[in-house]
Amino acid sequence: MHDMSKHEAVAHHAPTSFIAKHIFSLDHKVIGKQYYGLALLAALVGMGLSWLMRLHLGWTSLAIPGLQLLTKNGAPGNVMTPEFYLQLMTMHATIMVFFVLTTAPFAAFGNYFLPIQVGAEDMPFPHFNMMSFWVTFVAFLVLVSSFFVGQGPTLGGWTQYAPLSAIGEVGGPGEGTGVVLWAISIGLFCVGQLLGALNFITTTLDMRTRGMSLWRLPLSAWAWFITSCMGLTAFAVLMPACILLILDHVAGTSFFVPGNIVINDQMQPHSGGSTLLWQHLFWFFGHPEVYIAIVPGMGIVSHVLITNMRKPMLSHRVLVYSMGALAVLSYMVYGHHMFVSGMNPVSSLAFSFPTLVITIPSTILVLIWLGSLYGAKLRINAASLFGLGFISMFISGGVSGFFLAQPSTDIMLHATYFVVGHFHMVMGVAAMFGIFAGTYFWFPKMFGRMMNETLGKVHFWLSFVGAYAIFMPFHYLGLAGNVRRYQAFTPDYMQPLIPLHRFITVSALITGAAQLVFLYNLIHSRFRGEPATDNPWQATSLEWSTPTTPPPHNNFGDKLPVVYHDPYQYGVEGSVGDYVMQTSPEKVKTASDEA
Amino acid sequence: MATTVHEPPKIDRRDPPRPTGNSGNGGGRGPVPADGKLPGVKDYSPPPASTGIWVVLASISMSFAAFTSALIVRQGSALDWRHLTLPRILYLNTLVLFASSFALEVARRRVDAFMSGRKDQAARPTRWLYIALFLGLLFVAGQYVAWMQLRSQGLFLATNPNSSFFYVLTAVHAVHVLGGLGGLGRVIRRLNKSILRKSTLDATAFYWHFMDALWVYLLLLLWMKL
Repeated sequence: MHDMSKHEAVAHHAPTSFIAKHIFSLDHKVIGKQYYGLALLAALVGMGLSWLMRLHLGWTSLAIPGLQLLTKNGAPGNVMTPEFYLQLMTMHATIMVFFVLTTAPFAAFGNYFLPIQVGAEDMPFPHFNMMSFWVTFVAFLVLVSSFFVGQGPTLGGWTQYAPLSAIGEVGGPGEGTGVVLWAISIGLFCVGQLLGALNFITTTLDMRTRGMSLWRLPLSAWAWFITSCMGLTAFAVLMPACILLILDHVAGTSFFVPGNIVINDQMQPHSGGSTLLWQHLFWFFGHPEVYIAIVPGMGIVSHVLITNMRKPMLSHRVLVYSMGALAVLSYMVYGHHMFVSGMNPVSSLAFSFPTLVITIPSTILVLIWLGSLYGAKLRINAASLFGLGFISMFISGGVSGFFLAQPSTDIMLHATYFVVGHFHMVMGVAAMFGIFAGTYFWFPKMFGRMMNETLGKVHFWLSFVGAYAIFMPFHYLGLAGNVRRYQAFTPDYMQPLIPLHRFITVSALITGAAQLVFLYNLIHSRFRGEPATDNPWQATSLEWSTPTTPPPHNNFGDKLPVVYHDPYQYGVEGSVGDYVMQTSPEKVKTASDEA
Repeated sequence: MATTVHEPPKIDRRDPPRPTGNSGNGGGRGPVPADGKLPGVKDYSPPPASTGIWVVLASISMSFAAFTSALIVRQGSALDWRHLTLPRILYLNTLVLFASSFALEVARRRVDAFMSGRKDQAARPTRWLYIALFLGLLFVAGQYVAWMQLRSQGLFLATNPNSSFFYVLTAVHAVHVLGGLGGLGRVIRRLNKSILRKSTLDATAFYWHFMDALWVYLLLLLWMKL
């Protein structure tokens, strides 16, 4: 009988050529780093676009040098046109939601660490894994290419509401080719994510090493598993929607465009389509997507904080159940994005109730984090600070969700900056802080060098204060009736709000510049950082048990690890300190073991 | 002449369980006891293809559920829904797809009997696999004929919502069938090289049978709604 000591499906030899090693690599660790690099690139592009928008919002007639390079007709004299503002807004949101918030915490860290945390050599389908990255990369190129094709990128917003998104170039610059490229890009992105979800789910279920029961998985691994289950079902729905949208453009079908639409005195050649159909299909994906972005951050931050608290969370299982509840409920609440769509009010009520219910698992998560932190002697480092920042942002952004969950108040707030403030804090900045926490925590394992802690702390405080300075005033603007998606605030009642917009713009520029500190730290530490030991944080999970740092090609050398303990044996008397690693056969008597 | 398998292909057998080694064991079934004694641990994990195929089918099901809901919503959204008579060749295609599935199942059972040691030699499984492959291709060709028949009636993709959904649903299904044919080709290649894993064959057959079920579902949907 042949050797069954390793999963054949993943046994691939260490590559020798540069291309096989670094470009078309089958190694989950390289693919994880590739995803991280893509997310970093996308984040810089997305942030650059937001800077342009903010400058324009603060000083509407400002000429921004070089702006014409990005657009044919959208910036005469380097001053942004309203249409170009909307194009930038659409691309900022699409890039950030898909290629940063989904890519970095889930695909990048998950690819690198999920197989190691479960004790496997690799993902079970490495070719699919490689395809998943390259398809995503091509999706990014297709999206960005729309800047340079035809009338530029689509201006319809990342939600691409029909009929605007489906009527073609007559709808505005970018509404023809731009939308088609957008839909192709997102369709490809869906393929990449589905291939990733296939690998993540099978890795978690089938590749766990001996002794690694489901309840012995670290919280980060649980979060990636739950997220992949969400991704599997959500992206599988978005892809058909993109196919139908493309057909409305290129084949003249009428899935999303109703009849009798007249634009510029011309009757459009469509009939009978349903605009609400697009919204239903989109938000059935779109709301789970919010949790696809944030749940990995919850897992990463929990993992990081536990290591730095030197004690487990109050309840490991309740935390997992709560993340699972978020995943299940996320499909039942999507209609709260459609309260003002003309949907039946009874449906609004039906979606409002689970939206309020979903605050329960969210609140449980927050209470467990806070309760566990209470009395803990937290090690203050860049990773743990960003963990605290994550919780702070999640609470601050989440509280405004209570108001938006109710149709009666949402109708007033929906089209205002209140919503922009809400989702940027609870999903955008919180998820970004999760990415930063993961980066500072796992960088030593990924690159074998430590990041500079002082620069990390500077980065945190500038980002933390900056994020509040940017996004808290959004709530005020929204309550004052400042509509969102407008490129200028000409009505009288909005004039007094312009100074606040300028304050936000300055805050955004400073906070964005603070990210250069992170970028410098990342690049400098990669080559000049202090060499890292195998377990610099005295942590317990399997990624810190690899024989070398960074881990070897097959992660654990010749022999896969055996797991003896729950993931977070801190605050115990172990032979090496106040912790016992999962791989240590040392006997530790704890309440969780007895349970 | 049919290919004969000369030596046992490398397989993962679900039963009996794997010997204890370094392999993953899906620890939930046998966590290491607190005393750390390993011999008592049941060391078994299903091959990833067995789980993976469920994941794939779940994803495909979700996509077609989305298409179905789109069809229902679109039908109710306007009065431009027209009657459409399905091309008769679709019923013949259905039989062809079923026959393909039957051929694959024969091959699967023959390989299974050989791999599990019930038979010394696999009885020409590749012949049945080629038959399955040919019938699969015939099905796709039959679908193409159906599209041509609709075209000749003046029913194009954008003619009315009925024809739009007909083309979209049948084309997306055909793409999935083509994917299955690719998988089938891979199975034949690996069987010929004696490196086929049982779980790969099982997963491919499962996928192929699912294509039958999906097609019957789509046919009923199109028949009822168009």
